[in-house]
Amino acid sequence: MQQNQTATKEQLTYAALLNKGMKLGLLMLVVSFLLYMSGVLVPHVPVDKLPEYWGLSVHKFLEVSNIHPGWTWVGMISKGDFLNFVGISFLAGVTILCYVRIIPILFGKGDKVFAVIGILEVLVLALAASGLLKTGGH
Amino acid sequence: MVCAKGARFAVFVILIAVALICLSGFALGAEEVAASAVQKSSLPWWAWPLILFVVTFLLGIVAVLGGVGGGVLFVPIIGGFFPFHLDFVRGAGLMVALAGALAAGPGLLKKGLADLRLAFPVALIASSCAIVGAMIGLALPTNVVQTALGATILGIVAIMFMAKKSDYPEVPKADALSTALRINGIYYEATTGQTINWKIHRTPQGLATFIVIGVMAGMFGLGAGWANVPVLNLMMGAPLKVSVATSKFLLSITDTSAAWIYINNGAVLPMIAVPSVIGVMLGSIVGVRILTRTKPSAVRHIVITMLLFAGARALLKGLGIWT
Repeated sequence: MQQNQTATKEQLTYAALLNKGMKLGLLMLVVSFLLYMSGVLVPHVPVDKLPEYWGLSVHKFLEVSNIHPGWTWVGMISKGDFLNFVGISFLAGVTILCYVRIIPILFGKGDKVFAVIGILEVLVLALAASGLLKTGGH
Repeated sequence: MVCAKGARFAVFVILIAVALICLSGFALGAEEVAASAVQKSSLPWWAWPLILFVVTFLLGIVAVLGGVGGGVLFVPIIGGFFPFHLDFVRGAGLMVALAGALAAGPGLLKKGLADLRLAFPVALIASSCAIVGAMIGLALPTNVVQTALGATILGIVAIMFMAKKSDYPEVPKADALSTALRINGIYYEATTGQTINWKIHRTPQGLATFIVIGVMAGMFGLGAGWANVPVLNLMMGAPLKVSVATSKFLLSITDTSAAWIYINNGAVLPMIAVPSVIGVMLGSIVGVRILTRTKPSAVRHIVITMLLFAGARALLKGLGIWT
């Protein structure tokens, strides 16, 4: 009881959403991987061919496996390997949801500086998640 | 007696981990690891994910016992001794560090140990710079990243050896920036029953340091607890428990931004990332259970030795000396 007194309302709200999101994301990750391994959904890259690919640089891998980076995996979700990205992306997106959830609380408390920091963080994470930032080859 | 048994068990786990890592390296064959673009081994395809799962499970135990994050052990060890390209290892390393931070975050926030006000400004800088680091890491030649990774791991070993920790650093006066941002707090110290009031200083210097930490976290996929804690604790003056907890929570934000860059550039391979995440998380759960029965200092020395070995391996591999 005494422990909870030190955590603010926005902190507890963030924690509650993070807790639910993390558990859901991990569940999605495990289920999708089991489906992938079971072979129920045919993967884009056959699992027995993976040793030929996983030693390649990512740029070479994308080239030889004919995979387009970014959000194109959404259109290939019926493939066993790409189904895993549902859980992976959800886990990587939970933090954005938590920020979005507490920004109104911060504004409501008149904590404008931290609300703006929260908005900036959402923009940074959204930019990273957008797929707009591409890297050169090596 | 119980402690001795626990220590023996911890050493046993670590020895198995080391044996498996060495076996995986030998199974592949040194020549095959070298310049070959398409690496093949005599093992069936499923053996590698299985070995990866077992090794990451053991790494999860060792990481908890040694008081380090999973990512900092994962990247140099898996990158150094498995047939996977460093791009995919770093992508998986970020997912490992991210999943661990997401799992720990809610509890730390609820207890008031991780502090949102301390984390927010730091996270904004570190996560922005982690994007830059991730893009640099994916653009640079592998041998350059491998060499820099080795040097970084050896630097981390030096930090672990030398950095002192302070439970309650003396902060005579909060600086202007932290005062303006109201970065201070109260937490309940369960071991003493005291309520600890804390504030920080040297905030501009601390925030500037997180530019470098963010870039390195994104570039190497290591997580960054090894750097976060000394900066928050020794430089900025946050109590040790607040520093450790806020650092762990920070990783959930910093690694999110870097992870997206790796995901969107194709550097997260589910067959490597998912067994690693599950392995490390299950290992962490077991590690927490046996933590009370082990001698932390003894395990920490073994972890440092493992990092020293893995760092030297990464450095020499990057320089083309030990391929």
